[in-house]
Amino acid sequence: MFYREAGEFKTSYVDDNQTFPIRFDRYRYYAVLAVAFLIVPFVINDYWANAVLLPFLIYAIAAIGLNILVGYCGQVSLGTGGFMAVGAYATYKLMTAFPDINIFFHIVMAGGITAIVGVLFGLPSLRIKGFYLAVATLAAQFFLVWLFNRVPWFYNNSASGQINAPERTVFGQAVTGPATEAWATYLFCLVFTVASALLARNLTRGAMGRRWMAIRDMDIAAEIIGVNPLISKLTAFAVSSFFVGIAGALFFAVYLGAVEVGEVYGINKSFLVLFMIIIGGLGSIFGSFAGAAFLVLLPVLLKNVLVGTLGWPTGLASHFEIMILGFLIIVFLVAEPHGLAQLWRVTKEKLRLWPFPH
Amino acid sequence: MRLKLMAALAATVMGVAPALADLTIPALNYRTGPYAPSGIPYADGFSDYMTMLNERDGGIGGEQINVLECETGYNTEKGVECYEQTKGQGALVYIPQSTGITYQLIPKATADEIPIWSVAYGRTSAVNGKVFEWIFNLPGTYWDAASIMTKYAMEQEGGSLDGKKIALVYHNSAYGKEPIRTLEKLSEKHGFELVLLAVDHPGQEQKSQWLQIRRERPDYVFMWGWGVMNQVAIQEASNIRFPMDKFIGVWWSGSEADVVPVGEGADGYKSVTWHGAGTDYPAMQEIKSTVIDAGLAAGDGTKFGEVGYNRGVYTAAVLAEAIRQAQEASGTSDIDATQLRDAMETLEISDARFEELGLPGFTGGFQLSCAQHSAPRTAFIQQWNAADQTWTPVSDFMEPDLEVIDPLIMEDSMAYAEENGITPRECD
Repeated sequence: MFYREAGEFKTSYVDDNQTFPIRFDRYRYYAVLAVAFLIVPFVINDYWANAVLLPFLIYAIAAIGLNILVGYCGQVSLGTGGFMAVGAYATYKLMTAFPDINIFFHIVMAGGITAIVGVLFGLPSLRIKGFYLAVATLAAQFFLVWLFNRVPWFYNNSASGQINAPERTVFGQAVTGPATEAWATYLFCLVFTVASALLARNLTRGAMGRRWMAIRDMDIAAEIIGVNPLISKLTAFAVSSFFVGIAGALFFAVYLGAVEVGEVYGINKSFLVLFMIIIGGLGSIFGSFAGAAFLVLLPVLLKNVLVGTLGWPTGLASHFEIMILGFLIIVFLVAEPHGLAQLWRVTKEKLRLWPFPH
Repeated sequence: MRLKLMAALAATVMGVAPALADLTIPALNYRTGPYAPSGIPYADGFSDYMTMLNERDGGIGGEQINVLECETGYNTEKGVECYEQTKGQGALVYIPQSTGITYQLIPKATADEIPIWSVAYGRTSAVNGKVFEWIFNLPGTYWDAASIMTKYAMEQEGGSLDGKKIALVYHNSAYGKEPIRTLEKLSEKHGFELVLLAVDHPGQEQKSQWLQIRRERPDYVFMWGWGVMNQVAIQEASNIRFPMDKFIGVWWSGSEADVVPVGEGADGYKSVTWHGAGTDYPAMQEIKSTVIDAGLAAGDGTKFGEVGYNRGVYTAAVLAEAIRQAQEASGTSDIDATQLRDAMETLEISDARFEELGLPGFTGGFQLSCAQHSAPRTAFIQQWNAADQTWTPVSDFMEPDLEVIDPLIMEDSMAYAEENGITPRECD
């Protein structure tokens, strides 16, 4: 009944190639966008923005970035936290060095700088694969955090080694610093998230994405049919790091406002984003969103249920939260090893035939 | 669809519960994670004192105190979430319990006009109340501690540190880096050599740092540690047979949780502190009888009388007194955050008042002012006795070298003011 192609006639290549070829799917997508852009900004408050929606949007960008590398190109990376830190410190240096340039461009440039760093650390991927590459990217994680802790130039010689985002505006509305409105920061991040998702979706559908997937599925076969592994792997690293860098920049500038590299961009962050894409679904843009939602919203939800509704002591609730989350991850992965995205695909298939499955 | 479903579900359970009492104090505790050994005693002490006031006096000025616990796990992201969640519920003051979270909240709370009291942690230059209108860091700062530790070492060495070597083992974070600037200045002034040894979060791995200490043979080791890092450092020091009486921790590296696991080896370890340890105070006995024995304790009661617990009691007692003075000054029992801030700026607690509160000789009396958001800025050295399991004071209250520190505070706070476009207030 839902998601049916019957009766939809495509008369041009443009129609045939659109992101959401099924009409129902397309309208659903427009509806989500309309809610996100036109309704949420009017009802959002500080709590919803800072505790729920901003982290969700920002982690979604990071997950999209990592998904390109791991899910589409098959190169395992544990350096996400370090690359996010590159984005954050790049924004900080740009923000303080060129205060007159709009923060929007700083964040995009920070993504570009992260892409360059990502390519540098991606070079070993030409020689080493699988778990060994994971270890190499792990080195990037530790090296980058160490670097930002060690070299005072990166944090403008502040006594504490922290970086603080000064106030910057977009169209006269503050998006960083303490005096921000919830809707402004939300919309700012939303624009980046939607743009990232669109860009990633179209890259992965095009020639570049096909090259990545060829490398992922079997690199020797890909090379034989004419895919250049050097270019494919390094573009994957560049594009992935670009998104991850933007996520790190937003995480610092818009969401937290003050950052201490070891704590915020540590190895935990790398694992968290990796878990997001594994739970959400490797090689799926929707999966990146689903995974980010799962790991950002669920802990907040559990905390509010356990402490707010049931009135448990906070320490106990916090332990239970970890246990429930871990249990749910196992359940989900046993039930559907390909993640939430696959679950969604199956649901869609079922919905197509419902209510007459035969 | 799933997302929307979740959001709808979330909306139903996230409805903000109305505050039960009128004096709401959020407590950003951490009872989980690698810093829990340090976090639990403090959280228990703070809550138990407030419960004692509720039980014994019916709150403060007739208003019940509602301690709103929120678990941060010493994690800044969760700290922000806790802040956003509780600030709408009439929060009077934030006590972030983490230097990282303090840095995070300084601009936010200033914009929201809620005072922050970082109890001897956080940003040192917040002492300058002319710049940091909403931030307090009594009774002392890390720079004061660094100076007091140096002074104590100097006294032990017969008045001079010339040609000596001091190693600083520090948590590689904003917290651990705070004293470096002061120690560098002091090493110039007194002619000692400073060796910096960073320990990364969470601090369980310190073999290489202590190997280096063995090689460098410093005369003193100072430590800025927290959570599990403390126990590990004291264990390692004991392993390399470093003389324990030359190993001095900051006030966050000197509680039972840090020394007991090391056993005999920790005997003689020293730390800075500003309040007494143990249970020999009338107020502590009242907590025991009205809260712990009555089964109302926040924790399991085993932390009672530990250094961390007493620090929670100190914080609660001073805060309760500030609320009392705010109620007197404003003439209403149901005070708001601004009234509390005003009262904290003129807060005066004399030695006699501490005695009335049932804490005689617990800590030094002090008087805050609009320009000075930290007082008395004195501390003493305590030493661990492993056989009796007690901390004993081994020095009197000492004053830091304000000649060195105050210019640094001025410099750093003015830099902050300039960075953030703040014009310092005119006041004394």
